[in-house]
Amino acid sequence: MSDSLPMAGANVQVNAAGLSKADYRGAPSTLCVGCGHNSIANQIVSVCYEMNIVPENILKFSGIGCSSKSPTYFLNRTFGFNGLHGRMPSVATGALFGDRSMRGLGVSGDGDSASIGMGQFKHVMRRNVNMVYIVENNGVYGLTKGQFSATADKGLELKKQGTNMYLPVDICMEALASRATFIARLFAGNAKQVKEVLKAAMAHRGIAVIDIISPCVTFNNQENTYYSYDFGKANEEMMHEVSFQQADPSFHQGSEGSSISYIPPKPEIMLEADMIEGEIREVKLHDGSSIQLKNLEKGYNPTNRMEAMRVLEEAQENNWLLTGIIYIDPSKPALTELSNLVDTPLNRLTEKDLRPAPETMAKINSLMF
Amino acid sequence: MTERIVNDFSITVGTVNGSGSSTANTTILRALFKMGIPVSGKNLFPSNIQGLPTWYTIRVSKDGYLARRDEREIVIAINPNSFAKDLDSVAPGGAFFYADDIKLAVTRTDIAVYPMPIKSLVKSNPEITANLRDLVSNMVYVGVLAQMIGMDMTKIEQALDFHFKHKAKPIALNMSMVKAGAEWAAANLEKKDPFYVESMNKTDGMIMADGNMAGALGSIYGGVQFVGWYPITPATSLAESINDYLPTLRKTVDGKETYAVVQSEDELAAIGMAIGAGWAGLRAMTSTSGPGLSLMTEFYGLAYYTEVPVVVWDVQRMGPSTGLPTRTSQGDLGFAAHMGHGDTNHIILMPGSVNECFEFGWRAFDVAERMQAPVLVMSDLDFGMNQWMTEPFKYPDVPMDRGKVLWEVDLEKIKGDWGRYVDKDGDGIPYRTIPGNRHPNSAYFTRGTGHDEMARYSEDTQTWVRVLDRIKRKYETAKKYLPGPVTHKQDGAKIGVISFGSTDPAILEAQQMLAGKGLKVDYMRLRSLPSQDEVFEFIGSHERVYIVEMNRDGHLREILMVEKPELATKMSSIAYNDGLPLTAKFVANAILKLEEK
Repeated sequence: MSDSLPMAGANVQVNAAGLSKADYRGAPSTLCVGCGHNSIANQIVSVCYEMNIVPENILKFSGIGCSSKSPTYFLNRTFGFNGLHGRMPSVATGALFGDRSMRGLGVSGDGDSASIGMGQFKHVMRRNVNMVYIVENNGVYGLTKGQFSATADKGLELKKQGTNMYLPVDICMEALASRATFIARLFAGNAKQVKEVLKAAMAHRGIAVIDIISPCVTFNNQENTYYSYDFGKANEEMMHEVSFQQADPSFHQGSEGSSISYIPPKPEIMLEADMIEGEIREVKLHDGSSIQLKNLEKGYNPTNRMEAMRVLEEAQENNWLLTGIIYIDPSKPALTELSNLVDTPLNRLTEKDLRPAPETMAKINSLMF
Repeated sequence: MTERIVNDFSITVGTVNGSGSSTANTTILRALFKMGIPVSGKNLFPSNIQGLPTWYTIRVSKDGYLARRDEREIVIAINPNSFAKDLDSVAPGGAFFYADDIKLAVTRTDIAVYPMPIKSLVKSNPEITANLRDLVSNMVYVGVLAQMIGMDMTKIEQALDFHFKHKAKPIALNMSMVKAGAEWAAANLEKKDPFYVESMNKTDGMIMADGNMAGALGSIYGGVQFVGWYPITPATSLAESINDYLPTLRKTVDGKETYAVVQSEDELAAIGMAIGAGWAGLRAMTSTSGPGLSLMTEFYGLAYYTEVPVVVWDVQRMGPSTGLPTRTSQGDLGFAAHMGHGDTNHIILMPGSVNECFEFGWRAFDVAERMQAPVLVMSDLDFGMNQWMTEPFKYPDVPMDRGKVLWEVDLEKIKGDWGRYVDKDGDGIPYRTIPGNRHPNSAYFTRGTGHDEMARYSEDTQTWVRVLDRIKRKYETAKKYLPGPVTHKQDGAKIGVISFGSTDPAILEAQQMLAGKGLKVDYMRLRSLPSQDEVFEFIGSHERVYIVEMNRDGHLREILMVEKPELATKMSSIAYNDGLPLTAKFVANAILKLEEK
């Protein structure tokens, strides 16, 4: 499809797909000024631009709530489906069978995923549906003006609601228990890390759950509470510095399947000089991309489920905002790879592919009795 | 002895559910069918896996009537717990067969009574090991009955051959018990009742199938590509049959699949997936029953407003609530016609035979994609789970209608100038693009929130009204794409009957009964909603019209009355639902009673 891509004007900077940043933008945001969700939308635009992703190769999904409004704020040239409250996963599951060369990009929130949508959230994990699943997590229902969500900390006080009596749901722990193959926790205020992890998530095969602590400046941004900017800025503990290296084009030439990116030739990736062996952990993705994790204080191994459970438990006990890639397993096939589907996208099949031949009718009738 | 009654009576078998009696009962049904005698079989079963009373009733009808009858001329009692009730239920002059290990008194003298030594016959066969005894013991009553009413043994063998998929060993084993029963009856029982079967040729060219399998096959011939489903009685076997037949009918020559089936976590997800797939250009469906349909309602409204093609099968059972999960009903219609909040009206296909379950299986996709709308196919448990004799399935006689879709080449031709909800042709049906279209102007954003013709978010009052009115116009257009009613007229009839679905055989028979009593009735069977003008012309041209349906409140009548209030006084309701398929006698008596007033 690369030859038919429209070229931006001569003065505009374009990426290898021939697209300018404007080609990745969406409608202006109508969320509150300072909302963490806006910075995430901006990162999505940058990530797709920098990865040379062809917008028509992505499908956007969302449920209902502030977070779920945001898919209109990025990737105008991408099909999107804003469905029902808590039901984004099922719509995405069906839609991604239409053309399995596409990757889903879903944006949900803590209200949409951790309460009404908990069932579908967990089942989309175990099916390893081929999508990035962002939870813009702020511990509060914004669009209905400030009720506790299921991720709100016990003891949190909100103006109209009083004190939260219940223990919080941990999105990452739920994802881990449901066998998600990529799980990350991020802080919306840390743009650099959001960008690198988003890139890795886009390149991952199957489900990539990203729990982004994204403060609600209007209803839940009190000092010293977990979901506030202040808390995040003061207390975020990165488990590692993440840097994503997109697949080498030579790898793609010989591999099966197609990439969502337009991939130009580029020089070989070199490790930075100050990253000495032992501190760097490299995770290869199925398409040849790699994630390099420079471990900070802990020698953390994100390919081990037990380790992942341990750090999540520790973080919860100590109220740490621990960020980074918590778990990754690049080896599992995505849902659409589990069955032996035809190479042509299912939605390009025609009557001759779909309607059994006339001569089969007599045979079927004879099978009836 | 009284005069012989040939090919015109009903047989009821009372057994314990989970005891394997369904093999025996369908063997009787199929053997009679192969003898050329019109038959219908109905399984009246509990919502249980093992241990509760269950009945199977077979009607043989030389005149070809397929409706259930209440009268039981022959009763076979195998279950001690229902023995007294079963004995009571035998029509005077009828025949009562029972397992002689049931040590209960047979008190009636107005019927023929035949004890059957089922247990001892099974035990005396050395080839049947203890673990197989229960499995084959039911075949003894097949043999006894066959001997006493004159069934053709070779046809029984054919039925077993079919049931056991030509596997010699189980066929021989079961057949040996059929023969043992028949031989014992020939030697020990004296015929004291008047009921006989004789071969005819009235089933030539017909097949036997259930509606769920027919719907499944129809869907496959309609090119189904995605099924999201969740198990629920009585719809389960529809999705399971799709799973059974897809690999043989729809794999490519190199063994690849042109479809995907996902058993979902619940009905919400089942329809959510189907809507996602329908939006992404696949022929997508789900199948469910009332409780599942209730859960699917929010999504159904979304599909209506976002104009996504999707097919939903509702194999109805008794509601409200969990209701009677194994009993048939037409009680979902009122709810289904306007499923969803706000202003909605839905396209409903209503098959009236197992053959039509097949036809509407494929047709539903054409309608859904043409109309860009959810389409509900309303079947019921009686069709879905019972074996019916029916016309053979007919290959679709029209090419697939994929509706108004713009691919890359189409967009290039119009230079990308299009809007998702623009009514370009004035028929209320817009054009759609499909995700995966790589044209830079192809994408649009689908939302359940207010949107304008370009699919942009809008809270503008006039835009909202305009879009909703346009969708209503689309449903006017729909009428010409929907299967019209089927009418059975009688010369000079002044009154009419309207019905839909599985009540058809009872009404056809009632029409003859009433004619016999000098009352002529025209009968119209609806096959879809919204109704075409023809339906109201029918009502308008009769003095009175009885609307017959299997629910309490007369849902179809309500729908028709609201549609044409000026005709409301002509419409009377005959609505009744006790979970059993309607009988002709009930319908005829109800009409006679109302006519007397």
